Amino acid sequence: MSKFSLITDGFVKNNPTFVLVLGMCPTLATTTSAMNGLEMGLATLFVLVLSNIVISLISPMVPDKVHIPVYIVVIATFVTVLQLLLQAYLPSVYQTLGLFIPLIVVNCIVLGRAEAFANKNTVGDSALDGIGIGLGFTLSLTVIGIVREILGSGSIFGWKFIPGDGILAFVMAPGAFMVLGYLMVLFNKFAKKN
Amino acid sequence: MEYIIIIVSAIFVNNILLAQFLGICPFLGVSNKLSTATGMSGAVCFVITLATVVTYLLNKYLLVPFELEYLQTIAFILVIAALVQMVEIVLKKISPSLYQALGIFLPLITTNCAVLGVAITVVTKEFTFGDASHMLNLGQAVVYAIATSIGYGLAMILFAGLREHLAMNDVPKSFKGLPIALITVSIMAMAFLGFSGIV
Repeated sequence: MSKFSLITDGFVKNNPTFVLVLGMCPTLATTTSAMNGLEMGLATLFVLVLSNIVISLISPMVPDKVHIPVYIVVIATFVTVLQLLLQAYLPSVYQTLGLFIPLIVVNCIVLGRAEAFANKNTVGDSALDGIGIGLGFTLSLTVIGIVREILGSGSIFGWKFIPGDGILAFVMAPGAFMVLGYLMVLFNKFAKKN
Repeated sequence: MEYIIIIVSAIFVNNILLAQFLGICPFLGVSNKLSTATGMSGAVCFVITLATVVTYLLNKYLLVPFELEYLQTIAFILVIAALVQMVEIVLKKISPSLYQALGIFLPLITTNCAVLGVAITVVTKEFTFGDASHMLNLGQAVVYAIATSIGYGLAMILFAGLREHLAMNDVPKSFKGLPIALITVSIMAMAFLGFSGIV
């Protein structure tokens, strides 16, 4: 049961976007549509799980003074792996997410989980934590993407069901802040009570 | 002329916070008070400019000639982390008063994606000037970095001013804190959209 809660905690209780408020830059920048949000979430999930695994393996050997640089190098390595994989197999995703793929390195969620969880837990638990937090992040990004896509272009995952142009502002910068703000209000009102 | 286009577009049209979404975490984190917002903007301006120069040269004279561009991400983040450490040590020795002012913000800057974002943008993106588009040269890169960080400071200080007033107002419970701040930023971003099309 506790193993299971490691994963589900990331959805609501430790939700990286609405509760921990980490990794705001990709959250705002890449959620112009549901698909983009989902892709960004999965890319972060990939790096998060692998770096959590490696960091939990090497952390006993790393001297305390240099642990942050070491962690950053581990994370940057997996980001580079992801960059090369995407360039080779999913060039369209690489194009849409653009700058925000290399910027996973400085996503505070990844380093935050390394510091707060992976360096003092077993490999298995760290992997599960990475999956949980990663899925929570993916879920929030997809939800924000869905809302922005419906309001901004009247479609959902590219399937258009409202005729007309939609409210352009929601695809642009102001909509990102506004949707995140109002979703956070709803989250505070309904989810935080339990 | 190219320099003016770079400056106007980096400060207003493509404002790093309100249009490019870089460096949002410290933006939301330290914009509670006007004084800390000013300090953070100063520190970011300093580090972005320095980091851009160093990574630009590193990319041009080391990574590109040896075909090591795939190491960009790792090399850049290490350079930035080392640079921030060095700035901290040097400032402590030369100017303790400036160190006092910027001190607490410096370690935070390593994980500020604005720094890495600008460094990567400068070496990968082609900029359009009228009909021609080309990569930035060193001078233009420096101007771009400085203008970007001025834009960062501008948005940050404006927002901190708004937020100080916001703190005194009575907002509904679920809106308290970040949600109302985000909605305020949204309105600011809308105002900044008005600049698009200038250049």
